[in-house]
Amino acid sequence: MATRDDTAAPSPKEGGAAPGRSPAAPTEAEQRRRTRLSRRWQRDMRWSPYAFVSPFFLLFLAFGLFPLLYTAWASLHTVELTAPTDMHWAGLRNYTRILDDDFFWNAAKNTLIIGIISTVPQLLMAMGLAHILNYKLRASTFYRVVMLAPYATSIAAASLVFVLLFGRDYGVINWVLHFAGIDAVDWQNSKWPSQTAVSSIIIWRWTGYNALIYLAAMQAIPQDLYESASLDGAGRWQQFFHVTLPSLRPTILFTGVVSTIGASQVFGEPLLFDANKGASGGAEHQFQTLGLYLYEQGWVNQHLGRASAIAWTMFLILVVIGIVNYAISRRLRASSEENRS
Amino acid sequence: MTTPLTKPEETARRTGRVPRSKAARAGGQRYAGPLAYAVLILFSIGSLFPLVWTAIAASRDNNRLAQTPPPFWFGSNLFHNLKIAWSDANLGKAFFNTTFVAGVSAAAVVFMSTIAGFAFAKLRFRGRGALMLIVIGTMMVPPQLSVIPLYMMVAKLDWTDQLQAVILPSLVSAFGVFFMRQYLLQALPDEIIEAARVDGASSWRVVWHVVFPAARPAMAVLGMLMFVQTWNDFLWPFLVLTQNGNPTVQVAIAGLGRGYTPDQSLIMAGALLGTLPLLLVFAIFGKQIVGGIMQGAVKG
Repeated sequence: MATRDDTAAPSPKEGGAAPGRSPAAPTEAEQRRRTRLSRRWQRDMRWSPYAFVSPFFLLFLAFGLFPLLYTAWASLHTVELTAPTDMHWAGLRNYTRILDDDFFWNAAKNTLIIGIISTVPQLLMAMGLAHILNYKLRASTFYRVVMLAPYATSIAAASLVFVLLFGRDYGVINWVLHFAGIDAVDWQNSKWPSQTAVSSIIIWRWTGYNALIYLAAMQAIPQDLYESASLDGAGRWQQFFHVTLPSLRPTILFTGVVSTIGASQVFGEPLLFDANKGASGGAEHQFQTLGLYLYEQGWVNQHLGRASAIAWTMFLILVVIGIVNYAISRRLRASSEENRS
Repeated sequence: MTTPLTKPEETARRTGRVPRSKAARAGGQRYAGPLAYAVLILFSIGSLFPLVWTAIAASRDNNRLAQTPPPFWFGSNLFHNLKIAWSDANLGKAFFNTTFVAGVSAAAVVFMSTIAGFAFAKLRFRGRGALMLIVIGTMMVPPQLSVIPLYMMVAKLDWTDQLQAVILPSLVSAFGVFFMRQYLLQALPDEIIEAARVDGASSWRVVWHVVFPAARPAMAVLGMLMFVQTWNDFLWPFLVLTQNGNPTVQVAIAGLGRGYTPDQSLIMAGALLGTLPLLLVFAIFGKQIVGGIMQGAVKG
């Protein structure tokens, strides 16, 4: 490796100045100066890459890896919010406490449901939008920027507005629904409506962003794939399912992973959807997510140790989902390759 | 129809009468029909309506918002509400803080990501592949996992309500490193670096005189993305900053919704103030931001 480093990049310089190539033999002093220079050169070549990547990795160690591991350590202790440095060994008690807590399972279920009803429609709509944006359009930039406007809106601002739009008595959404003969829905206090409403904030903020990512991937598909598919007699829909979707698989996987991680952490939307109930996520915890439950345990009930255990449980769930996701995508890839051969 | 078409094959493509051109029209080449425009307009309305309605609600008063039908046009109370929200929610300080936090964080992330991305894209060193894998792996770790120890650190250092508590953790951006690497891989030809080397430039000089100029468009996009992200960040600032102490905009406006008889028009005025600066940025640089997001998406 080291020899490759030395020969790879500096070769042009040495090639130009190497003694062997120059017609006149250099003096001894000249040669010494050159070795010194080239030694400094080698040191530069060898170590500066590490210098370039070190700021990121130092910060990552301090604010990424260390907290990650320390959370695991703290989850085995009793730690109070009021005295965060005062830790008492508790073994796995934090974990058993959580697993015995109905509110944990309630929050896990809510997170899963909100995750599904926010992610699936969001990505499907994003795919459809991307397909349309991929047509030749007039004012295409305009539509793209408009779709991205919700992404520019913060969680706090978006949640506050949606609370009003979803108001039971005077909200715009119930007012529109009453034309369809639907009675006023209590979006805050009943279970399914509140989860739908919280999900709709997430959908609103992220659909356009994901559409742009799909659009970018669609534009990168080589045109001749479509041409040959069309020569084989594939219609528009067949082209979409046999050319577009398979080419987008890595992107779909990417957005799926990012959305899953995002969905596992939903916090601000449910917190602000009923600002007075705050961390409990509605009067009956009907839209309390795991993120909110973590906050409630750590900052309202002041058990940082238990909150750490929740954080690690969430992480482990994510890892499991990641592994399943990977296994499924591998299986899919394998089967599609079988079909092709 | 307004687009002038000069080439005959273009016309054939559009009318679709020639079978051969049907192939060429597939994927990305077809013109959008009225249905596509209808869907786009519908989605645009859906995207913009909550924002427009924020402004409408902010221009009314609390009584008007407690009536049916809800208002769909502007009232006369906008500036009154904005003024009260501004002082009630500590927004002056919050704006200064958020601009500072987002600015510093974006600049630092861009700088670090550019040099790290350059090293990963163009330099050879032992462990490069493994380190790059770590960078990608950190993108998968949810930030919530580190919140508790960070909070303990902040408590220990007595950094509550101090801006560095928000800035420092926001500097870890694996996405930034990845983004710059992908950009520099294709935007910076090896020959230019080699030419600089031949002239005897050290690695730092190469970074300064070759990499930074070449990376400028991507740096601008990354800077904007990071600025938006930090500006909108909620969970962590919410934990370490207080509304009456030293809030960011998000912390400040989140506090508006509390209380038993909150004035809804004031809340909307606060939400509007918190959103408007970024919407302006998007209105001006929208094209570049869209391009940046799409660029970051593909080259994976």
